[in-house]
Amino acid sequence: MIIPVSYYLVLSGILFGLGVVAFIFKRNVIAVFMSIELMLNAVNLAFVAFSRAHQQLDGMVFVFFVIVVAAAEAAVGLAIVIMMAQNRESLNVERVNLLKL
Amino acid sequence: MMGPLIVFFACAVLAVAGAILLILAREPIHSALSLILVMVALAILYLLLGAEFISAVQIIVYAGAVMVLFVFVIMLLNFGVEERTDFSKLAKYVGVPLGFFLLIEVARWLYESRIGSVVASGAGTVTVAASTRDLSAELFRQYLFNFEATSILILVAILGALVLARKSQ
Repeated sequence: MIIPVSYYLVLSGILFGLGVVAFIFKRNVIAVFMSIELMLNAVNLAFVAFSRAHQQLDGMVFVFFVIVVAAAEAAVGLAIVIMMAQNRESLNVERVNLLKL
Repeated sequence: MMGPLIVFFACAVLAVAGAILLILAREPIHSALSLILVMVALAILYLLLGAEFISAVQIIVYAGAVMVLFVFVIMLLNFGVEERTDFSKLAKYVGVPLGFFLLIEVARWLYESRIGSVVASGAGTVTVAASTRDLSAELFRQYLFNFEATSILILVAILGALVLARKSQ
């Protein structure tokens, strides 16, 4: 039984949409970061599915770059979160509306 | 013969359920754990697609390193349940229609394009073209410059994290 690539793409689209919804609705800044990770994962799934569909490796190589960028983003972003928590005593994105305190 | 299809739908349901749990969870730690669920389900889907190395990297780097960093920061800060505030009307009245528009556009594109009829070769019909050896050959020949550039990116990220998280004097 062979699975059509469109199944993977539909799943990827659903996950990306849920990531967008989470990005808009979550109020905790760490949860907002996690929804970005969810969107990156959805894109990775689409990359691998396309890579298999076209029998080319470029998509899989791009998945590595996406993972590297996601790791770097998580490191810098969580450092910003720690600084935000130290300076403002809140992780709510709606209470953090000034660049400088 | 239905095996791969059953595995696909099980993992797809698991991933979507994890994503919905991420949205509904009140505690950030519950969101993090459901995101780990999504990542493990996606790793199994990569195995199904015949991308073994990416599956391993997904488990080790994403579900391992990145999510441990998230859980570590959540436990370190320990702010508890996220409060419901409603300052931004923009999110509700602009964000939701835009999100649905995006989904509809993606669905329409998938429906109209020819890619839907192309079959992704699953596990069992794997060609040698996606072996780890070929992947590394591609990465270190055609994409060597990009590879080196990402190492600089990681270096800058380390420096940035150190500078940001340092106690300000």
